[in-house]
Amino acid sequence: MKIKLISAPYIIWMLIFILVPLIMVAYFAFTDGNGHFTLKYVSDVAQYTPIFIRSIWLAAIATIICLVIAYPVAFTLTRMTKKVQSTMLMVVMLPMWMNFLLRTYAWMTLLGNNGLVNKIFGLIGLGPFKMLNTEGAVVLGMVYNYLPFMILPLYSVMVKIEKNILEAASDLGCSSRLTLFKVVLPLSLPGVTSGITMVFVPAISTFIISRMLGGGGNLLIGDLIEMQFLGNSYNPNLGAGISLVLMVIILLIMTIMNQFNDDDDRVLI
Amino acid sequence: MLKKIAAMFLSSFLLTAALCSCSNVQEQENDADDTEEVEYQTLSVEDEDYYTRFKNNGISINVYNWGEYIADGSEEGTLDVNAEFTKLTGIKVNYTTYATNEELYAKLKGGGASYDIIIPSDYMISRMIKENMLTKLDFNNIPNFKYIKQTFVNPLYDPQNEYSVPYTWGTVGIIYDKTLIDERDIDWDILWNEDYADRILMFDNPRDAFAIAEILLGYSINTENSDELKKAAEKLKEQKKVVQAYVMDEIFDKMGAGEALIAPYYAGDAITLMDEYEDLGFVIPKSGTNLFIDAMCIPAGSKQKEAAEMYINFMCEPDIAYATTSYIGYSTPNTAAYDMLDDEIKNDGISYLDDEYLSKNTTVFYNLSDEANIEMQNLWTEMKSAQDETKNKWIVPAFMIICVAVSIGILIRRYIKNKKDIF
Amino acid sequence: MKKFSKIYLALVLMFLYMPIFVLIVFSFNTTKSRSVMSGFTLDWYVKLFRNELIMTSLRNTVIIAIIASISATILGTAAAIGISKMRKFPKAVVMNITNIPIINPEIVTGVSLMLLFVFFAARMNLEFGFTTLLIAHITFNVPYVILNVMPKLKQMNPFLYEAAQDLGCGPVQAFFKVVLPEITPGVLSGFLMSFTFSLDDFVVSYFTSGSTSQTLPITIYSMTRRKVSPEINALSTLIFIIVVIILVIKNIIEHRNDKPVTKAKEEI
Repeated sequence: MKIKLISAPYIIWMLIFILVPLIMVAYFAFTDGNGHFTLKYVSDVAQYTPIFIRSIWLAAIATIICLVIAYPVAFTLTRMTKKVQSTMLMVVMLPMWMNFLLRTYAWMTLLGNNGLVNKIFGLIGLGPFKMLNTEGAVVLGMVYNYLPFMILPLYSVMVKIEKNILEAASDLGCSSRLTLFKVVLPLSLPGVTSGITMVFVPAISTFIISRMLGGGGNLLIGDLIEMQFLGNSYNPNLGAGISLVLMVIILLIMTIMNQFNDDDDRVLI
Repeated sequence: MLKKIAAMFLSSFLLTAALCSCSNVQEQENDADDTEEVEYQTLSVEDEDYYTRFKNNGISINVYNWGEYIADGSEEGTLDVNAEFTKLTGIKVNYTTYATNEELYAKLKGGGASYDIIIPSDYMISRMIKENMLTKLDFNNIPNFKYIKQTFVNPLYDPQNEYSVPYTWGTVGIIYDKTLIDERDIDWDILWNEDYADRILMFDNPRDAFAIAEILLGYSINTENSDELKKAAEKLKEQKKVVQAYVMDEIFDKMGAGEALIAPYYAGDAITLMDEYEDLGFVIPKSGTNLFIDAMCIPAGSKQKEAAEMYINFMCEPDIAYATTSYIGYSTPNTAAYDMLDDEIKNDGISYLDDEYLSKNTTVFYNLSDEANIEMQNLWTEMKSAQDETKNKWIVPAFMIICVAVSIGILIRRYIKNKKDIF
Repeated sequence: MKKFSKIYLALVLMFLYMPIFVLIVFSFNTTKSRSVMSGFTLDWYVKLFRNELIMTSLRNTVIIAIIASISATILGTAAAIGISKMRKFPKAVVMNITNIPIINPEIVTGVSLMLLFVFFAARMNLEFGFTTLLIAHITFNVPYVILNVMPKLKQMNPFLYEAAQDLGCGPVQAFFKVVLPEITPGVLSGFLMSFTFSLDDFVVSYFTSGSTSQTLPITIYSMTRRKVSPEINALSTLIFIIVVIILVIKNIIEHRNDKPVTKAKEEI
């Protein structure tokens, strides 16, 4: 009984700083400036549906690209010898430790009309392409920043697949390709779902990537929220409303993702 | 294996370095080759006692200003205004920046941060006065106010001149690449010109952007008429396809690197850019433009009012005002500083146009009514998030169908699994 | 097949590292250009160290990271111990709430905390600054500590604690002598995780910091919105070097423990 009390400070902290702020968001979303209940702001969010759609769409594309790129990388890593594996993992994870803003900023310089990438194209004779300030640049930024977050869960699940199982499969007559599809893929599914979650959620709510690489004309949900609080359209009630809708969307997606997991791996609900 | 990795790193590193050495882009004046005389500015103030009152009291003030809007000593021979202030008075300055008036307003309205000095523009000052966000200044603590030119005293945005002291003023115009565009072709409509598609930058704040559209359509830049605002927003939406990016201070980088060819911006920054890059020019369109005045104010709730007033007084010192105007390029409202300027600057045709021209061709913003402000905000957000591709119409239904199908698929799978597990 | 996968890996690595290398190369550029290399100089590094704002932000960031991660570790470890002893229902509720900062997008966490602080700022005369920033950092760090410590607690033999007490230890002594050594790996990795997240956090800090307590990421952000100076590149290079050194050291430490095991395995 006494032992439980040791967690009391945290419980109090948690209530004040996790639960209450969320209640505040709901409060701001459902009241107007004078504290009167109103549904105006939440219903106003509907007029920004195109932005929501665009954010979900771009985040989904980025997540799928990350998955496609990361899966072979994780698999290749597991095939290496132990010592090399940890070194290679470190090498792959290192960019993640660099400051997020600096990495995005680096792409800003690379993708400009006079940037390095266009220069390389120029050497082969291809004209300068408009790469910066497009939706493509935003997706590229998302993929670049969140790729390590997809590689890590995939790797940690794949590394637990015992080599014996793979050997058994080939003993039973599976070609290596079939082994991949019938054995590795299903076993790595938990890693896939957790990787998808770790990439999709930040991708859908980023505002830095869309601001730096999107040129300000490709607003995403994150930009919208930021504008309402610290940006050019001060309206905290609307901002709270948008945040609330965003949370609900993510909750829905998490629930769907959780259906893929076994019962004891359930994170929420 | 490790050796292989190291070799790979090294080679890609060298490759990158090699690629970067190919040069053929815009020539830039190399500062190191400047044979100009470097003058070292020194500071002398009239009344030292006034300034040293608070020394050793450990006071600090929070100054919130536009970006690139103060002399910070990064160029040889120029003063670092904040450092000089601290040296003289012993008061520490916490200096942070914002990009637009609206950002400043949001930060202040949010209620969290406390600032002692802010430098809003004309219309924002009248809005803040209306909403009781500023403190009245005690002009006994600001004797240097005497240097402010008469035409800037008792301005429209602060009729009794109780809340603000002018810092800079200027006009809005168009910065362009002289080698590719002829000055005579330039009026506001060039910002919509498809010949320069994707090489055009635009203001990232509602008032300045709407003002340009309004001038083009022949409306007043202070219009509150809902129809006119909507039409201006439509015009801005039309412009989206030729705009490379919506920026404020990022323009320094983009124009300098040759990424963009045309951009509307403030005269002072244009002068700074033209000093650094010979290919750039600046023109004030004949169809009219916005005249702005940025002034120093003290927000309500500041805890260091006297120290803040000392800072304002310091900024009005002739030497400091001169350092400010020569570094950031904006026109100064300070008569003593103006007298110290070279004739070259006084007659450059941009910074100090005569009053008659200004009253005929320029308009100052004033604060719009609350409804008009809200409508402009909404239209601005709508414009920035608009997309002219209609492909998105079928995405939502497709997305929903996929979600439903996947969920059903999973449920079926589970059901089958459960049935099997009974054995 | 193996060669193909190695080439693929190399390509992905190049993709990951190219922007960083470009940043590093241009930190030595004599002009401000970011696409043309005109010469080699260390000027920007000198300017970087003289830049007071950056140095102050760096100091703020490190101090906040250290205090926040230590507090979060203590709070989180205590919490994990208490939570592991709870019955199923309260445990599930607490764990779900704990997961909220992890699952929620950072911008929602930042905004919600900002609203909280703003609401109470008027009543309690609280200013945005060091305190609010610290609270925010601790709030999003503790869940990670709990998440790291809980599995270790689960793995531990629950009777060890009782056994220690039977043998004469007081409850506190038993904790320090028995429980703590078992969960130390979890506590350490939780601490490291918190420290890393605090150092690199931008979004939450952006909404909860004041004018006097800017962190390095916030300063970098405002630097990218203005006239860009290669001081940013110099900063990136230094950060990169530090990160490499830390990771290499960490790797060496981990491997020193591996050697006897692999050797033994080889002998079998």
